Amino acid sequence: MTVAILNVSWQTLADALALGGVYALMAVGIGLVFGVLRLVNFAYGQLIMAGAYALAFASQWNWPGWAGIVLCFAVVLALSVAMDRLVFRPLRTQSPSVMLVATFAIAFLLQSIALLAFGPLGKIATSLAPLNRPVTIGGVDIRKIAIVAVLVAAGCLLLLQLLLTRTSVGLHMRAASMDFDTARLLGVRANRVIGGAVLISGALAAVVAVMLTVQNPLVTPDFALYDTIVVLAGVVLGGLTRPIPATLGGFSIGFASGILGGALPTNQSQYLPTFLFAAVILVLLVRPNGLFTRGGGQLERV
Amino acid sequence: MTALVLERLSVRYGAVQAVRELSLEVNPGEIVGLIGPNGAGKSSTLHAIMGAAPVVGGDVRLRDDSLVGRRSEDIARSGIALVPEGRRIFGELTVEENLRLGLAGRWRAGDAAAFERAYELFPVIRDFRGRTAGTLSGGQQQQLAIARALVAEPDVLLLDEPSLGLAPRIVENVFDALAAIRERGLAVLLVEQRAQRTVALADRSHVLANGELRLTLGPGDADDTERLVAAYLA
Repeated sequence: MTVAILNVSWQTLADALALGGVYALMAVGIGLVFGVLRLVNFAYGQLIMAGAYALAFASQWNWPGWAGIVLCFAVVLALSVAMDRLVFRPLRTQSPSVMLVATFAIAFLLQSIALLAFGPLGKIATSLAPLNRPVTIGGVDIRKIAIVAVLVAAGCLLLLQLLLTRTSVGLHMRAASMDFDTARLLGVRANRVIGGAVLISGALAAVVAVMLTVQNPLVTPDFALYDTIVVLAGVVLGGLTRPIPATLGGFSIGFASGILGGALPTNQSQYLPTFLFAAVILVLLVRPNGLFTRGGGQLERV
Repeated sequence: MTALVLERLSVRYGAVQAVRELSLEVNPGEIVGLIGPNGAGKSSTLHAIMGAAPVVGGDVRLRDDSLVGRRSEDIARSGIALVPEGRRIFGELTVEENLRLGLAGRWRAGDAAAFERAYELFPVIRDFRGRTAGTLSGGQQQQLAIARALVAEPDVLLLDEPSLGLAPRIVENVFDALAAIRERGLAVLLVEQRAQRTVALADRSHVLANGELRLTLGPGDADDTERLVAAYLA
């Protein structure tokens, strides 16, 4: 294993950074909604799946790349808003377990709809395939998508950070995720804050859909399902309640799985999830409140 | 015009009747005290005004508009601000961010001097505006909680036990600030455990027990300890 890690190539490192960046975006998307609703959205992967189908259809219709991306955003944002209006808001005052089960139900419902409507074989999203070609930097071949993914992830996280710290709606979101009742008593509008978090989370899912379909153009009903489970583990690993620890958790697990995927011999890469989740369990045993939280941070604040 | 009117207000949590047919009014430039033993219904009254407790009868009116049935955030945005029990400062945000949150409740447009007027009352808040609010002392956090309510420039200020857990000297500062706030023409409804101090400051003080108004005292009654004790035991 040690030797394998020492043998990590620049290509693997770039891919691992890219996967870390994409998973970081998913982690923020899940963490933002958790912050204001105390709801872990298991259906987040199906938002990405819907966006990926939008990209696949756009390339089947020979739409230009940018039009496919616009369609992807439109579909994912519409679906996010629909989830919020039809499920999250009516269930907001229910217990967290009710909301959790509800998101499971949405996840499987959307997956079944995709299976019925588009079949099990999947569709291919090809319009952004050129991004999979390598560029040579200093004698090292690196896939363009790895560079694009790292830059896009960094840009999105920077924008989000500015939004959360510099704007009043961002301040309201942060306050609501710390103490929603007090925020409302001060005049922070609950529906606006929740709607904002759901929209941003949806936009991030659309970005992730674009990045993932370039890396994996075959879109099936279980697209992004595995990634979502891994990211959820990463978010819990980092610390769910705050955006920065959640982001770091998502990045770490993406980066680790990229490196492990590249370092494990090909005939053993099927064991990657085993290694990954064993590591997650170990970390949680040592730091149950999350790897990147301060001291004994509590999950629920009083 | 009367700023805030409660008319036969009743609040009930399940089987527990917290407030029974309470009527009172607060005028601009007036402090009205609400005192009484624990569980008398003082905090429930404030929560009911803010739309955060179930009103089962009666009415709450702000400038003649009924507030009953409206959402907390809409009530907060209509010119009424609450300084909650236990201060409820956002400890991880900076002092200035806490104040900016108070702007969420602004209902008048265009007055940028609100921060200045809050700082005038509590200069220490200006000095510490870049600090994390959780690092302030209890007294400073209480000042911040009041300043946060004031930047919304409300007509009516509700305070839920602002002196709780503070050293006597700090309590004096808080009560002095309340007198200055009254001078600015706000209508103040003050819930307190410190009965004597409240009766002395307020224009009138209502004694609540078991959710019912038992007695109304004027500033002159502050030194009449027997009457105060009798009111509590009634």
